[in-house]
Amino acid sequence: MTVKITLGAINKEHGSSRKYKTGGWRTVCPVVDLEKCISCYRCYDYCPDAAIKKIENGIEYDLDYCKGCGICSKECPVKAIVMVKEEK
Amino acid sequence: MGEQISMTVKGNMATALGAKLCRPNVVPAYPITPSTLFPEKMSEFIADGELDASMINVESEHSAMSACIGASATGARVVTASASQGVALMHEMLFIAAGMRLPIVMAVGNRALSAPINIWCDHQDTIASRDSGCLQFYAENNQEGLDLMINAFRIGEDHRVLLPVMVGIDAFVLTHTMEAVKVPAQEDVDDFLPPYKPKYGILDHREPATFGSFAPPEYYQEFKYEQTKAMEKSSEVIDEVFADYAERFGREYCKVSTFQCEDADIILLTMGSMSGTAREAIRKMRGDGKKVGLAKLTVYRPFPEAELREILSKAKAVAVVERNISPGSTGAIYAELAGAFINQKKKPLLKNFITGLGGRDILVETFREIYEKTLEVVKAGEVKEPMEWVAMNEEVMR
Repeated sequence: MTVKITLGAINKEHGSSRKYKTGGWRTVCPVVDLEKCISCYRCYDYCPDAAIKKIENGIEYDLDYCKGCGICSKECPVKAIVMVKEEK
Repeated sequence: MGEQISMTVKGNMATALGAKLCRPNVVPAYPITPSTLFPEKMSEFIADGELDASMINVESEHSAMSACIGASATGARVVTASASQGVALMHEMLFIAAGMRLPIVMAVGNRALSAPINIWCDHQDTIASRDSGCLQFYAENNQEGLDLMINAFRIGEDHRVLLPVMVGIDAFVLTHTMEAVKVPAQEDVDDFLPPYKPKYGILDHREPATFGSFAPPEYYQEFKYEQTKAMEKSSEVIDEVFADYAERFGREYCKVSTFQCEDADIILLTMGSMSGTAREAIRKMRGDGKKVGLAKLTVYRPFPEAELREILSKAKAVAVVERNISPGSTGAIYAELAGAFINQKKKPLLKNFITGLGGRDILVETFREIYEKTLEVVKAGEVKEPMEWVAMNEEVMR
């Protein structure tokens, strides 16, 4: 990690939260079935970590930032997202 | 030097006058007994045009300290006041103020914590926040309250320190008691206290930055190390500033001040307003030929270990008299003092006396009793019972 924090816990760099790759916290990983996906993008709206990207006819995960919370899976109206235990 | 005006004021007015002379820019505060007069007076000063500052009326002490943090981060000089449950509600934010290295100054009317509800003098409120990273000063009288406020800004804002400072004045004994104080001239305080200059940047929308940012395990420990070092460094800054204040204004402050300690077999260690009573008790006991002295703690954080060792190591026994208790342990000062002596060859016997909780008067007689009990320890050459409660109301316990 290369974020610079000065005394007083001040971080003057903009957008530095990109450097905190929190994907390592994940124990379960979202897997999307694009056959079922209806591109409603509800998961995109609900993802608290902005780890979902919109693509044509579906979505894509940026696993560097997905903590595996499962909100996307819970919110998916067609049950296209399942959470799979990650083996490390 | 301008003339110092004599005024007869309550303790809260004394700390408010001290604060006003420091020209704070922002005063976020929430009223609570026995500190209410402080925000009242500050808002009066502002309304009367005597002070150019923004008063922020907040909905709780948690918000008061939050507003202090935000205001201080913009580079403003900030002052607030609270007591008891108010300080307890601020607890979370105090650590943030210190961690963000913001030199906020807070006047505290030291009062007991509930339950049972009690509005009177007790040091538990600020002692409970001793680990927050704030410097802590305790006044013996209203003059000290006023002077320590002025010193607090200069010490807290020093770039070697940059930490919040609490100035404690005892509930009612000081907050609501009229005493004569000398008020320094504005131009002299201006000269003593330069405008606050933040060191690490200010909260400014033209230069966005994250304040109080996230720090993962690779970073956090170093921040706490630096913060602790700054607290340690504040010890010499306090000495410098107190010396400068004495030279300019003629009133001398020490982290630990002494009275009749040179040849004392027994030294009473006190903090806050009880020190005046202790001094009177010592005068009387000296008249009876008893070799007893007083060490008064003005600065509790940073804990003046070296000074206490120097002063107390000559005595046979030290009676640590405290208006606080850590249930399951002892009074806070006793435990820390014992720590200060643990690796020393020459050390006095230490005995802890808990008294004066919830505004119970500490009388000359109380100190006589404490002296006699400590004398028994000296005669026995050992401390069998490290902590004792004195001036108990036996009727209540029946």
